[in-house]
Amino acid sequence: MKRNTQQLQSLSIQVRRDILRMVHAVNSGHPGGSLGCTEFLVALYQNLMNRKEGFDMDGIGEDLFFLSNGHISPVFYSVLARSGYFPVSELATFRHINSRLQGHPTTHEGLPGVRIASGSLGQGMSVAIGAAQAKKLNNDNHIVYSLHGDGELQEGQNWEAIMYASAKKVDNLISTIDLNGKQIDGATDEVLPMGSIRAKFEAFDWDVVEITKGNDIEAIIAGMTDAKSRTGKGKPVCVLLHTEMGNGVDYMMYSHAWHGKAPNDAQLETALMQNYCEGESDY
Amino acid sequence: MKKYTNTGSKDTRSGYGAGMTELGQKNENVVALCADLIGSLKLDDFKKNHPERFFQIGIAEANMIGIAAGLTIGGKIPFTGTFANFSTGRVYDQIRQSVAYSDKNVKICASHAGLTLGEDGATHQILEDIGLMKMLPGMTVINTCDYNQTKAATLAIADHHGPVYLRFGRPVVPNFTPENGAFKIGKAVLLSEGSDVTIIATGHLVWEALIAAEALEEKGISAEVINIHTIKPLDEEAILASLAKTKCVVTAEEHNILGGLGESVARVLSLNNPSPQEFVAVQDSFGESGTPEQLMNKYNLNNQAIVEAVERVMKRK
Repeated sequence: MKRNTQQLQSLSIQVRRDILRMVHAVNSGHPGGSLGCTEFLVALYQNLMNRKEGFDMDGIGEDLFFLSNGHISPVFYSVLARSGYFPVSELATFRHINSRLQGHPTTHEGLPGVRIASGSLGQGMSVAIGAAQAKKLNNDNHIVYSLHGDGELQEGQNWEAIMYASAKKVDNLISTIDLNGKQIDGATDEVLPMGSIRAKFEAFDWDVVEITKGNDIEAIIAGMTDAKSRTGKGKPVCVLLHTEMGNGVDYMMYSHAWHGKAPNDAQLETALMQNYCEGESDY
Repeated sequence: MKKYTNTGSKDTRSGYGAGMTELGQKNENVVALCADLIGSLKLDDFKKNHPERFFQIGIAEANMIGIAAGLTIGGKIPFTGTFANFSTGRVYDQIRQSVAYSDKNVKICASHAGLTLGEDGATHQILEDIGLMKMLPGMTVINTCDYNQTKAATLAIADHHGPVYLRFGRPVVPNFTPENGAFKIGKAVLLSEGSDVTIIATGHLVWEALIAAEALEEKGISAEVINIHTIKPLDEEAILASLAKTKCVVTAEEHNILGGLGESVARVLSLNNPSPQEFVAVQDSFGESGTPEQLMNKYNLNNQAIVEAVERVMKRK
């Protein structure tokens, strides 16, 4: 049953609370990008993707999602748990010893919902392409989604994959770029200016959809619905998702400082007060 | 000692190509990927017979490994093909994260391994690949000795669930193992029994070990010859059983002395039965241009080097 916009917004607030509490509890992890992609992943798993009950690795007969920028594991884990892949209570084990919720996502511990390890950047698009081509061989008419950081595009393997996907007409793939303009050392335009990412994808013959309000549930659903309508037409689809790193927490927004830093006790309290949620409950 | 006959020299990579041709017919889940080296990997038949299951990736090995990992999600059994250097060193992190750590059923098939690649020189002659691959948790590492064994190994790894590194070579070499012989992953092959010394060889050095054993027999030395095609998991039982008898060993491989078969054997012996060991291997250097034969002679990877190593190790018993 799909949730309405209001319910998705409430769930997004709850996911933000999860992210903040998870990284605070272990004083490590990556809240910035996680908060920026919260609405996107909530909309994807709760509204856009066609998913089967339960989890099997092959994922035949359903849409698949691959997280390439694995450091935003807090948002991925929270959305997976709140979409029923594993108990919400397990979020409390994030980054603990003997946990299935490793610092970066992995299949190694058998966590349902995860189909590939990621963390070392730049590998996820190739994997998503392979999974999309397996779907074609299996006559499985479902979509493969992937998510990548904008800074991550500095890894060369992406461009091998981007070149290949259009050349081989992998048109059951929607790769989303989290365009927050920030990376560990600062603004992407300062660290390594990449020019127009749209122009680059178009030059590589992808169909490009832009979502300028990447933290707005309705805008995300409209943009991704547009992207879905463009699949199956001979070109891979790229979504440029304009987000704000640290979205929803005033002192984290408009800065790269919270890419990989956890809030202290007082900062957590402030952040949670800014994200009061009705209808959901903390893990 | 038991005698072996060369039934007609062939390159081991052609054994891979023949195996892939057969697998294409037998197993519809097998898919082949190649990074612009169809001819070198002998994949023409697979491509012609199964174009929908053949993926030409172009010169983009990192992308090839990632796509292979993705193809397993959906039940495919991908075989990637390129030179050993570009199959391992160039894509180590892709193999580590997307294949080994993710436990993906990818078969990394690598031709032109070692010095016998020849004239192209050290940029293409990887001598570190066995070490790189055996260090990855969960990775099976296989190095075959002739055409028949390479074909058999290609068929066998399709039935094994988990990541595999299959290493073979470019040159035409004697073909002496049985046609359509069984290939058991992780099981050593005792080629010839002996009592004075054990020679453990892998890949192209196995035939050289057999020639060396004949020469040693003429000198009155009885050598046991073991073909280790699977370096990981290593058949420790076979090694220890032989050493219990012979009390000394020579290992022979077309690989750096650091990180290869020899070090794996030394680990087993040091833990269970410390024994004198000599290594026939490249002495921590890069290769260079030359014919395969010139290079194997210059770097002391031949039957004569094995005989000399046996004579040294026997004195240390």
